[in-house]
Amino acid sequence: MSDKRLTFKKRLHILKHHYRDKKMAPAFNAFHTFLFAPDETTHSGSHVRAADDLKRTMNTVIMALVPVLLFSMFNAGYQHFSAINGFPENFSLWNDFLTWENFWVGITTVLPLVIVSYGVGLIVEFIFAVIKGHEVEEGYLVTGMLVPLIVPIDTPLWMLAVAVVFGVVIGKEVFGGTGMNILNPALTIRAFLFFAYPTWMSGDKVWVHEAVDLAGGPDAISGETILGFLAQGHEYSYSISDMFFGFIPGSVGETSTFLILLGGLFLIFSKIASWRIMLSAVIGSLVMGLAFNGVVDQGWITETSKFYGLMSFDYWKHLLVGGLAFGIVYMATDPVTGAQTNRGKWIYGFFIGFMSVMIRVFNPAYPEGVFLAILLMNVFAPTIDHYVIRGNIKRRMKRLKNATILPKDSEGAAKELKAETI
Amino acid sequence: MALLTKKDANLILDPLADNNPITIQVLGICSALAITAELKASIVMAISVMFVLGLGNVVISLMRNIIPSKIRIIVQLVVVATLVIIVDQVLKAFAYELSKTLSVFVGLIITNCIIMGRFEAFALANGPWRSFLDGIGNSLGYGVILVIVGFFRELLGSGTLFGIPVLGNPIEKTGLYATGYENNGFMIIPPAALIVVGIIIWVQRSRNKALIEDN
Repeated sequence: MSDKRLTFKKRLHILKHHYRDKKMAPAFNAFHTFLFAPDETTHSGSHVRAADDLKRTMNTVIMALVPVLLFSMFNAGYQHFSAINGFPENFSLWNDFLTWENFWVGITTVLPLVIVSYGVGLIVEFIFAVIKGHEVEEGYLVTGMLVPLIVPIDTPLWMLAVAVVFGVVIGKEVFGGTGMNILNPALTIRAFLFFAYPTWMSGDKVWVHEAVDLAGGPDAISGETILGFLAQGHEYSYSISDMFFGFIPGSVGETSTFLILLGGLFLIFSKIASWRIMLSAVIGSLVMGLAFNGVVDQGWITETSKFYGLMSFDYWKHLLVGGLAFGIVYMATDPVTGAQTNRGKWIYGFFIGFMSVMIRVFNPAYPEGVFLAILLMNVFAPTIDHYVIRGNIKRRMKRLKNATILPKDSEGAAKELKAETI
Repeated sequence: MALLTKKDANLILDPLADNNPITIQVLGICSALAITAELKASIVMAISVMFVLGLGNVVISLMRNIIPSKIRIIVQLVVVATLVIIVDQVLKAFAYELSKTLSVFVGLIITNCIIMGRFEAFALANGPWRSFLDGIGNSLGYGVILVIVGFFRELLGSGTLFGIPVLGNPIEKTGLYATGYENNGFMIIPPAALIVVGIIIWVQRSRNKALIEDN
């Protein structure tokens, strides 16, 4: 057969076999399997026929993130021009928001973040794959998309690069790569940025494009987030629909609760993300918010308190502002770092929502705690699972003991049961 | 090494690398995390520990045959406490600012596991000269890690070494800061020391596979 009759796919397969056992093979295979399914089948053991391998799973999450990314590009421009010229009187979606002018600001600010995040992260992944001699793992596909969406818009690119190297190496590779990490890598990157460069990660200047550069001058603009206003006890001027649809300042992709909700529904119906975690996290945040509202209603906290602004904030609005919705839908549901058991997922999600709102209210210096809450629960997820499984074993053992007809060899049966439940 | 026999030299050299008290035995971590934000403090801490451990090892070794084994821990504590108080007072008298920086951690040398560990494991069973060498070796191994961690934390966290700005002035934006570089606030806080120590352990173990425990 002449070479000309080979398809592109076949040629790649031939190349792959040619480079087998070479040092660069994992790097080549990564590109190869990104385009085509591998031509290998397992030769022994059990076979699972499924369309959703890790790469497809990751791609589905990215699809759910694309609307958020596009919205964030328009919002970047909208916030930028509104901060300079004032918010439009009669807001119209087509004339004020979805304009080329806005989109261009988004292209020049958000796109470099995406490129740096993917470029640096994948270089680290490739280096580790070549050193360790395993295949390049797909885990970074989603992380690389999440990272630009959870940072302030004018984050210097070199900071992002440093943070990505730190997050991928310390957050993931030292534990053994994708699937072995304890902490969510995207949030590790966010946490590193926050603790390393706090002046670029909080305050009222970082959320709007160019606000930092213009600060101190005659054209100074400010773009305080709603949580920032509340933490200082000031009034904010955004309506509830602004908050819900996301026409507010904030981290690049966190603002539009509406699109995040759509993305979340898409992930639930494609069975990629766990609805239990999402629902319980929402419940958790509502419970904590209600508790704070109750404290205010009782009159225990008065307007003189520095917590008053955030505590009196209507409990359900917590879901609309800040990164809570984004964190719940895209970060808390990470299958690697979250809880695995169904009951564990309820507990894990509940505490994420609960702690997020708690940190938000009690930390006036930085009125956003979603990433800290999720990282904290990431650490506890294995413990939660452990006790859920132990509880299940105990319950079933008890049922076994109380059963009227005992198997003759009850010792053996108990052992068997244990093996099955674990 | 004409001065020392090979066996004696190993007492000093082993703890520097393959039997390092911090990275291999994972002792004395607490102070390594707390005081390494500045290089100067790290070095003073290393010298203090060297004084306490070198001298303490000799004292314990001299008394090793008369200490009743039932109360040996108390005797050891008295010896350490005496030496630590000497260090603390000297620092307060001659380097007051530095002793402020080190705060309680000089006093906490008493509880540094390396010291009690060496007393128990070495000084109680060896002669004074060898115990002295062992003390110096272990405190050097401790000091090396402190200095490495302190170097990176001060350089990346504050842009200075021994308090001298080496990367330019962050407020006037000179030197490296003119390019937009900024100090890494993360390196100032103790968790960063944990990560730097972790990276040192990682590098050391990947260079010497014999150090990796199998489990």
